[in-house]
Amino acid sequence: MLQLERRPVDSSLMRWASPVLALVLTVITGFILFLAMGKDPVEGLRFFFITPISDLIGLAELGLKMAPLLLCAAGLTVCYRARIWNIGAEGHFLMGALGASAVAVQFVDADAFWVLPLVLLTGVLAGVLWAAIAAGLKTHLHCNEILTTIMLNYIALNFLLYAVHGPLKDPYGFGFPQSVMFGDSALLPALIPGTRLHIGLAFGLLAAVAVWVMFARSFIGFQLNVIGQDHRAADFAGFSARRLTWFAFLVGGATAGLAGASEVTGPIGQLVPQVSPGYGYTAIIVVFLGRMHALGIIAASALLALTFLGGEMLQIAMNMPKAVTGLFQGLLLFYLLTCDALIHYRVRFKRRAREANVMTPTTAAREA
Amino acid sequence: MEMLTNILAATVVAGTPLLLVALGELICERSGILNLGQEGMMLMGAVAGFVAALSSGSLLVGLVAAMAAGVAMSMFFGFMAITLAANQYAAGLALTIFGTGLSAFVGAGFVGESIDGFTRVAIPVLSDIPVLGRVLFDQDPLVYVSFVACAGVAFFIRRTRGGLVLRAVGEDPDAANANGLKVQAVRYMAVAFGGGMAGLAGAYLSLAYTPMWTENMTAGRGWIALALVVFATWRPGRLLLGAYLFGAASILHLVLQGLGWNSPTELLAMLPYVVTILMLVLLSWDPARTRLNTPLSLGQPYRPSH
Repeated sequence: MLQLERRPVDSSLMRWASPVLALVLTVITGFILFLAMGKDPVEGLRFFFITPISDLIGLAELGLKMAPLLLCAAGLTVCYRARIWNIGAEGHFLMGALGASAVAVQFVDADAFWVLPLVLLTGVLAGVLWAAIAAGLKTHLHCNEILTTIMLNYIALNFLLYAVHGPLKDPYGFGFPQSVMFGDSALLPALIPGTRLHIGLAFGLLAAVAVWVMFARSFIGFQLNVIGQDHRAADFAGFSARRLTWFAFLVGGATAGLAGASEVTGPIGQLVPQVSPGYGYTAIIVVFLGRMHALGIIAASALLALTFLGGEMLQIAMNMPKAVTGLFQGLLLFYLLTCDALIHYRVRFKRRAREANVMTPTTAAREA
Repeated sequence: MEMLTNILAATVVAGTPLLLVALGELICERSGILNLGQEGMMLMGAVAGFVAALSSGSLLVGLVAAMAAGVAMSMFFGFMAITLAANQYAAGLALTIFGTGLSAFVGAGFVGESIDGFTRVAIPVLSDIPVLGRVLFDQDPLVYVSFVACAGVAFFIRRTRGGLVLRAVGEDPDAANANGLKVQAVRYMAVAFGGGMAGLAGAYLSLAYTPMWTENMTAGRGWIALALVVFATWRPGRLLLGAYLFGAASILHLVLQGLGWNSPTELLAMLPYVVTILMLVLLSWDPARTRLNTPLSLGQPYRPSH
């Protein structure tokens, strides 16, 4: 029988091998899934993982999907390192998109350099304010942040739906719930001419590097790490949990808000109800897969951006439901958590009881 | 009077899925395991119940399939959270993300199909009681199941040896283990019960509440149920009250529209979530009291030390 045995020291090799192993297991499961559905598995996996990024346009689309994931994940990394389980990136994102759109539609005809910064700033501010609600509820009213941020996500979604059906609705939009198209001065410049890839990806990369520098160099990064690893030690050191909680939430709100603003001013160019295919939730997987490390999340966001593209590709090419994206994402997180057990434990085949008894002292000695 | 009765009856119906899923989570949390995957298990229950009922023509088969799907999902979680001692928050989130994806995947071909769902069955004599009779005893069979389940859970926790074991494991797994109780086994059973109830709650949505399948049809009810358990301070009686309170909040927009109060539906649809936050605020006000009621080992992984 398989048995888990506590490692004397956590395996640093497994810490980085586990995401790779999880990906391999996800691909194998995908293979079996395609077989079970009577589709060609090799072709299916090719459509999912390779076809979407086989040309420049495809790579640009990958960067396009990476941008919001990376921004949201950078903020969540700050929260999760401090063990603040903020699930609210989706809500921050939606409010950022809503705030940015509310300003952008005021300046459709304006031709001024300050329009875009103003629009983006409003998005950031909206995200920050939305996150501040959850921060205040946690620090002053002791509410569980998981539940409050989830509820705030649903509330934000309803706000957005209200806006596109009501005050922000394009009167000449043939009844579609969407805002007017933004003016050119409110649109993000393209990063690669001829593609849809915009400067939002640069924001994301910058945010990831900033988070990396923060944890590697700054005192507040150190404090966040300590409070996440040992709450009591942080108390003894006199670090203010309240201040750090606010900091983490506000950073999370700012980056996700910017992501929302970049999305409406980037590829979409207007506010629509389906502005997010769940970027805020997928960003949670990005953070775990990227080992809560700023450089890790860059790779992880590329992989999860690919699941969005791959899902769309399968929908078009093989007539599969779009939900295959969520399925692969869920599987990946599942396998990751399972493989993570190998960081702390090693798998042993349990022999017969007598032999196990003989083995015990040696292992004990080694561990001692 | 007629309208009040209608509103109360609709409140009970809207509260029933919350009550079912929250009862499962209550047992689970009493064993010390926090399963944030309720939403995912409910969605799987909803889709499995709907597909099974549609293809077999039997609602009962649908219910069994829904509960089996919930239990199966909960075992994924149990393996990670109990056997592998993984972070319960992360494992629960994984379960929800996975369940949301898988249910949409499985149900993609069934969107738009409809089914003859559970209908009301009036209980003789009891349903003749003025007002309350129609509210409580002229409902679909699953509402009665939820009454029985609530009473059963209350009785189990307070009056049986099994309930004592459950509480011991949730409060102090080390002491329970030292007394020869199988902590991991008890926790697996609690998690499985939670999964079954979440599956049943999902089936209530797709077989009784709105007899059809739509993506994400739980609309956050799994999360609200988690807040409900905190609201109820882990007691089944208060859970019943809380479920109907939230049920009332979720039909409030229908009531207001009925009264000719013309507010945008999107703003009214926020109400249950706003109410949930307000409830959390009221209940978490005094952190000492919450700590006093919370099962001591809640959310902490446990591995027997021998």
